[in-house]
Amino acid sequence: MKVELAWIDKIIMLVYFIFVIGIGWFLRKYMKNANAFLEAGRSMPAWVAGLAFISTNLGALEVMGMTGSGMKYGMLTTHFYWIGAIPAMIFLALFMMPFYYGSKARSVPEFLKLRYDEKTRGLNALLFAVMTVLASGISMYALAILMEKVLGWDFNVSLWVSALIVLVYTYLGGLSSAIYNEVLQFFIIVIGLLPLVFLSLKDVGGWAGLKASLAPIATSKGFAADAWTTTWKHAGQSASNPLGVEWFGILFGLGFVLSFGYWCTNFLIVQRAFAAESKSAARKVPLIGALPKMFIPFLIIVPGIISLVLINRTGTSFADTFPREASGSPIYDYTIIMLLKQYLPAGVLGLGITALLASFMSGMAGNVSAFNTVWTYDIYQSYIRKPTGNEHADGRHYLNVGRISTVAGILLSIASAYIASKFGNIMDFLQTIFSMINAPLFAVIFLGMFWKRTTGHAAFTGLLLGFIFALLHHGLTVPAGAATLVKGGWIAALHTYPVEMAQNFWTAIIAFTVSTLTTVGLTLATRQQKSDDELRGLVYSLTPRTLKDDEPWYQRPTGLAIIVGVICVVLSILFW
Amino acid sequence: MVDIRIPIGLMFSIFGILITGYGIMTISNTEMYQKSLNINMNIAMGVLMLIFGLMMLFFAKRKKKV
Repeated sequence: MKVELAWIDKIIMLVYFIFVIGIGWFLRKYMKNANAFLEAGRSMPAWVAGLAFISTNLGALEVMGMTGSGMKYGMLTTHFYWIGAIPAMIFLALFMMPFYYGSKARSVPEFLKLRYDEKTRGLNALLFAVMTVLASGISMYALAILMEKVLGWDFNVSLWVSALIVLVYTYLGGLSSAIYNEVLQFFIIVIGLLPLVFLSLKDVGGWAGLKASLAPIATSKGFAADAWTTTWKHAGQSASNPLGVEWFGILFGLGFVLSFGYWCTNFLIVQRAFAAESKSAARKVPLIGALPKMFIPFLIIVPGIISLVLINRTGTSFADTFPREASGSPIYDYTIIMLLKQYLPAGVLGLGITALLASFMSGMAGNVSAFNTVWTYDIYQSYIRKPTGNEHADGRHYLNVGRISTVAGILLSIASAYIASKFGNIMDFLQTIFSMINAPLFAVIFLGMFWKRTTGHAAFTGLLLGFIFALLHHGLTVPAGAATLVKGGWIAALHTYPVEMAQNFWTAIIAFTVSTLTTVGLTLATRQQKSDDELRGLVYSLTPRTLKDDEPWYQRPTGLAIIVGVICVVLSILFW
Repeated sequence: MVDIRIPIGLMFSIFGILITGYGIMTISNTEMYQKSLNINMNIAMGVLMLIFGLMMLFFAKRKKKV
């Protein structure tokens, strides 16, 4: 099943490597202090930061995972985009970004310090640092194993080479280099995967042909004929759609808790908006990112759905060589690379593989540049060496720390990739655990921004209890058919969910609810330590609203948000 | 700093030239293009990337003069 690459494919990859490293090389001379290195000097135009915003999110796990989910769940996968991303991105842009950006915080943990207190920041910074290293290690592992199985590349070589390239360009040019490269990578991912969409759709006879070919497959699996090509139509009951979750879980679990938790609080993403050149630009960043985000399903989910047709064409090499579990069900992560192999001749194949590498690098650079910022500002600068007051010397000192933590972050990611290759279950488990920090964090930040009374003690306890209850829920419930304790039930299996997705949604819902109730309750019981003056610019009711009307309506954040919202609604109705 | 459109434009122009060139070289190789449903995907994508790359360079250059 291995694919041989022609010389042209290798040249394409080489040219790409030269450009990403070259961008870092050109930017190295601007890296004079920590501010330039870790915050890109807050100088990015909105469109650059906006494309970087979405490119960081379009990592290897996203591309591999969403194509696989397309095959597994069909058009319902678009819920992760249209309902599960766009509303949160609009909310972040319009309502949260003014406080994030206006607070001059350099990271999300630092915002917590400004709004609440030191302990809340410390807790969040620590959990976040561990999570980013884990996440980049896991995606590195996933990519290297894919390259090994399909291209025959040595696991160690692809791991170290890809990590080294990311290291070189983030070490040289810091966040600016990561962001510039993310823009470049965004275009490669889109253009490199474009032939796949075109060819696979043509192969099955367009959208109408796809619907017709999927009908017998869907019915044979016990679903309605159009179960794979609709989004909301069969979401009334969990059993009647391939996702296995009903509309309430989708709307509240995915569309609200998980999505707002991820998009509005994950520093990895939000950092791109922090780097924007002005408050108005920062507010536009998530909205500019939302425009391509809405159409990414057509790039990666639709080919994924088509592979369900391909794998059911018995006797073809696609169906015969698709990697499978012992049980015979396909290993969904391989969908994207199997599609590349199926349709792309030498030349564009190199471009497609480069697109995959680019997606990996954009995700990894995002993790590394968020990790080094949180480490340098929120851990090192707050607990290990406080600023001396000499601005110039401090700037140089923290620049060096930023650089060292970039190297350390990458080495730790490599280590976690190796742990993942030896103890995959443990890593899956840890990742599930750490994904639980977002929902409580959203509750705490949201209350902090919109209720000036919210206190530091309440926020800290809310964060901690939300996390603990998420853990308890995970330990007490299992998805049906789960063989290992990694999937839950490691305390006792009190409740069984039909699918893992439903369990995840409910874990997040519980974490969010507990965190909100705790924070509200304790706020009423404790005294606010911060004066109104200290909270100015951090809380909605204490921040004067400055309206700038010198831009045409469609360039203003609100105008853009309306455009994004309308397109999203139209797409949802078209594919209802 | 650097205008990101310049490296993007340069890279896609190079990709465009390389892939179009390869597409023309392999134009008679019908067996190779069976995969892509008998379409010479290299010429199609190569030309598309060249246009995209040149457009990026054009916009980067035009902005500088202003």
